[in-house]
Amino acid sequence: MYEFPAKLTFHIGSYIDRIVDWLTVHWAGFFGAVKSGLLWVFVHLNDFLTWVPWWYFILVIFLLACQFKSIGSGILYSSFLFLIGMFGLWEATMYTLTIVISSVVITIMIGIPLGIIMASNNRFETFIKPLLDAMQTMPSFVYLIPGIFFFGLGLVPGVLSTIIYALPPIMRLTNLAIRGVPEEVVEAGLSFGPSKWQLLIKVQIPQALPTIMTGVNQTTMMALAMVVVASMVGVEGLGLEVLSALNRIDVAQGFEAGISIVFIAIIMDRLTLAISNRTQSRARKERN
Amino acid sequence: MMSKLEINSVSKIYGPHPTKIVPYLEEDLTKEEIFQKTGHTVGIRNVSFEVKEGEIFVIMGLSGSGKSTLIRCINMLHEPTDGKVLVDGEDITAYSPRQLKKFRQRKIAMVFQHFGLFNHRTVAENVGYGLEIRKISAKERAEIIHKRIESVGLKGWENKYPDELSGGMQQRVGLARALANDPDILLMDEPFSALDPLIRREMQQELLELQQRLKKTIIFITHDVNEAFKLGNRVAVMKNGEVEQIGSPIEILRKPANTYIEAFVKEIDRSKIFQVRHMMMDPQAVIQLWDDLETAIDKINASGCSELYVVNEEEKIQGILSLDDALHGLEGGKDLRQIIKDDYEKVAKNVYIQNLLEQSIKSFYPLAVVENERLIGVLPQNRILESLV
Repeated sequence: MYEFPAKLTFHIGSYIDRIVDWLTVHWAGFFGAVKSGLLWVFVHLNDFLTWVPWWYFILVIFLLACQFKSIGSGILYSSFLFLIGMFGLWEATMYTLTIVISSVVITIMIGIPLGIIMASNNRFETFIKPLLDAMQTMPSFVYLIPGIFFFGLGLVPGVLSTIIYALPPIMRLTNLAIRGVPEEVVEAGLSFGPSKWQLLIKVQIPQALPTIMTGVNQTTMMALAMVVVASMVGVEGLGLEVLSALNRIDVAQGFEAGISIVFIAIIMDRLTLAISNRTQSRARKERN
Repeated sequence: MMSKLEINSVSKIYGPHPTKIVPYLEEDLTKEEIFQKTGHTVGIRNVSFEVKEGEIFVIMGLSGSGKSTLIRCINMLHEPTDGKVLVDGEDITAYSPRQLKKFRQRKIAMVFQHFGLFNHRTVAENVGYGLEIRKISAKERAEIIHKRIESVGLKGWENKYPDELSGGMQQRVGLARALANDPDILLMDEPFSALDPLIRREMQQELLELQQRLKKTIIFITHDVNEAFKLGNRVAVMKNGEVEQIGSPIEILRKPANTYIEAFVKEIDRSKIFQVRHMMMDPQAVIQLWDDLETAIDKINASGCSELYVVNEEEKIQGILSLDDALHGLEGGKDLRQIIKDDYEKVAKNVYIQNLLEQSIKSFYPLAVVENERLIGVLPQNRILESLV
């Protein structure tokens, strides 16, 4: 009487399971191509990052921070990186960075155009908005599961789920930014008879850029968060260090890997923010 | 001559099914009644007018009168629900997207109330925007930009950004940008409303000077009666999406079509609109220099005035003779030439009433309106006062 009748069962999961099975078989070529494409990008970027000498990397971050923030931040960020090196986590960090950077680049390449379409098409926007909500509320682990089916364990499902997880903010903010360009400015742009493309490139995107850059920053942060979760499907890097520490209840290792992630997060967040702020006011500074 | 622009019973309706509402416009329903019946808002309703080439045509109305919607129908930023917009005889509402692009690139440009500048572009880049759209080469672009920036007096500000400029200067950029493509028609949507009064007056003057040189066809929108009457060759007054009256400022002032317009023009400073030629009277009678005094006295008596101007055979003005002087002169046996006075005031016919008030109180006599020393009219003080109310 008080319990839900046990005979009334319905499982949507089995259908999803079947769809996934079907896709794995019939779309194998497609997934293979995606996988090798992603791997190609990833391997080359990782090769590059590990090829760069550690001190050179630290120097570049230091100079960037000096240029866009202050010498103080430069010293802070480079000592963060130096610490990570002393923890013995340099390679793992480079691996994590590779995943973050490649996922962010791919996310931006997909997300900004989709955001622009959202802004110019109300029907597409109403269709995609609940989807974006769902994507953001869904526990991030869930993305890993189909990824494993399609691509097996390892890097590719990790990167892919990172992309899916990081996509909503950049799409949302691009949409918002383009819709937020003052109407009179758009009218002024239109009144000279541009094509849609010209209007987009010469007026809408430049006007929307500050907000879009905020989206890029958010996407970066979300990608970094997801990379740790992605270690559960065998993605190496700092996430895996945390995971293995968790398994062994190794507080020392867990803390070192954890704090390294925090360091990377701080550096990426502050640097991308500073760079995007500066690009907006750059023109003014250059003139003087 | 064909008119440059012809608005032919244009209506604009907002709502889910605007075209279905068009028949309602023919019926005797107010805007509110149509809204209650159909849920559609009538933006503009059956507006028709023609604009001649080289004319400044002002559309005046309060906010919500539909004037901004109307001006946007002329370059199709808003598509009219019904009616035609003819430019050089071509119906632009029937244009394909391609034709429309070309039309906007070549023939028409717009200046906006809040300037509508691109704040990510420098002044020069803003002005060059329309040229970029037309894919003009960088070299040619630089030349045109230079010329336009100079013509609006912004030389030396080319590399500044809009937000570093004052409001007046920003609108100059807007004007230069609109003129860069050398359009035939210039749409100006309350261009000076956002400026403070001093700058506004200055910009109005500059626009008039610029128009002297450029001779564009200008559609100018404003809610300010004084601005409308100062700038407009002709003015259309709009209310609730409909045109209430079209005419030259003088026509509207003299014969307001209804009480709404009467109230509208009440606050206007008429002395800035009326010129001597609008108020002067024909010199019904003049005394010839060779008349004897008896004839002169007869003429003065016949005219009902207390004095008359004296002219020579070339109708050139020689002096003024009052009845008293004439009678005294007759008693004293004097000649006409000896008693005429020259303490009258002369004015030209295109002087604004505002500018002759001081002159008019200096003299007891009606002002003499002269052209090349010839008397072409007289302007009694009471006519001057009449023009002010």
